[in-house]
Amino acid sequence: MGKFLFWTLVVAILIFLTIPAVVVIMSSVNPTETLAFPPKGFSLHWYARAFSYDDFRTSFYSGLIVTFFASTIASVIGVAAAYVTHRYAFRGRRLLEFLLAAPLIIPRFTTGFGFLLVGAGLGINNGYTIVIVTHVVLVLPFVTRSVYVSLVNVDRSLERSAANLGASPINVLLRITLPLLTPGIVGGWIIAAILSFTEFTASLYVTSYATQTLPVAMYTYVREYTDPTIAAISALLIITTTLGMFIVDRTLGLKRVLAIESH
Amino acid sequence: MNDRRIWWFFIVPCMLVALAVVMSLAAVFQYSFREFIPGSLDTGGFTLENFYNIGRPLYFLVILDTLLISLLTAIFCLLLSYPVAYALVRTEAEWLRALLVILSITPLFTGEIVRTYAWMLVLGSDGFVNSILMALGIVSAPVQFMYTKFGVIVALVHFSMPVMIILLATAISHVNRDYEKAAANLGAAPLVVFWRVTVPLTMPGIVASTVVIFAWTMSAFATPQLIGGGKVLMISNLVYLQGLSSFNFPVAAVLSAVAFIAAVGSLALVQPFVTRLERRVAQQ
Repeated sequence: MGKFLFWTLVVAILIFLTIPAVVVIMSSVNPTETLAFPPKGFSLHWYARAFSYDDFRTSFYSGLIVTFFASTIASVIGVAAAYVTHRYAFRGRRLLEFLLAAPLIIPRFTTGFGFLLVGAGLGINNGYTIVIVTHVVLVLPFVTRSVYVSLVNVDRSLERSAANLGASPINVLLRITLPLLTPGIVGGWIIAAILSFTEFTASLYVTSYATQTLPVAMYTYVREYTDPTIAAISALLIITTTLGMFIVDRTLGLKRVLAIESH
Repeated sequence: MNDRRIWWFFIVPCMLVALAVVMSLAAVFQYSFREFIPGSLDTGGFTLENFYNIGRPLYFLVILDTLLISLLTAIFCLLLSYPVAYALVRTEAEWLRALLVILSITPLFTGEIVRTYAWMLVLGSDGFVNSILMALGIVSAPVQFMYTKFGVIVALVHFSMPVMIILLATAISHVNRDYEKAAANLGAAPLVVFWRVTVPLTMPGIVASTVVIFAWTMSAFATPQLIGGGKVLMISNLVYLQGLSSFNFPVAAVLSAVAFIAAVGSLALVQPFVTRLERRVAQQ
């Protein structure tokens, strides 16, 4: 009885979490411009419009450029950050940990506006550099967390054996430790890529028209038009993300990548 | 393996990122002490006027509203996320666990724009909820959800819940199941075990996560911007208005600094309390 009530509650909460996505997908295939529930038919008209709209196409490619560089750079730095904070004791370690994790709690618009000011000071606000730097800062905590969990689970005796057999510290790192961290790094990279591609608030501040990413272009569109073209793009993003999550969960374990598991 | 060369090689990129974070914050604080010159992006000399300005009702009420909205969102998030996090950690069936993780965490990764747009479709006057309410004859005219605090909070709870679920699931996964089993073996009903064992043992996590979500919610921009539609304003909307529409960088900077202080300050304030709770749990 108690169990039944508990699961009814959980299902109700999950419906709350999922209903917006379902509604978006429903309206993306709705033929009419105004919403109708239930939909009055089936049409891919809005998808065709989304693909032919120039701003969406260019911002999609800008987004891919930013995402690729930001998540790759963040993965490399994430390994470095997880490794130094886990394996070394040094003065200022706590401060470094705090500064690298801080973008999780600093309001997004503070970070975005801060980098807008930095970019203006350096005169680089029209290029990709400032966008990529901002995204690296924002997604780094997620990669570091994912790599850190892998690092905690590395069997140190493997490293010691290699060292005892005469491998230099750098060889141990490259041949033993890094290969063992691969799942954490790949998982972190995927999470970082998804977060970067869908990042909006900070991007709004640091992108220019030439470098605007997809969410920024979507925001501009929503403010000007009310038709469901955005629903079509949103539906595609929702479906791709869900599939991505599913694949990460099957191959690497989502709980591990997000560091939910304690051991 | 504690090779100094590896340390140097790894510490340099980390320091560069830390430096970037510091620089962005320094820029915000530096601009908040600058004089605004209307019609120009250049700023004048040192002034404290921007800080007096945010004491004016126009800004001050928005700051209070932001704190209130974020607090309410954090509390509703806690209530709705705990059962899901609990189910997620304690479920033994593999397929069910995977389903729970994916359904509850995916919204975080679709981004704020997609989710906000989705809530506009759900809450709009010809939206999903109103269509159902009217079809069932519960109401005769659409209920106004858009441009209300209620609508904004509903969407913000959805915005922050995935993070809350991750944080609470982490806390719950640290609880040793043997305590729960021991209490059950001694004859405690499941609900009693939950209230007397699980909840107290996760109390440090509950407090810490709620404050993190309070800070996280202050980050929201698209949700109050589009669902609030100018009728419900948060600090983020004022920063956007002042920074990117009026190009009043100094006022935007002060408001950004206030949000930063509120977010980081609330976490710092609650930290000693969380540490004390952790110590008490460890003693039990």
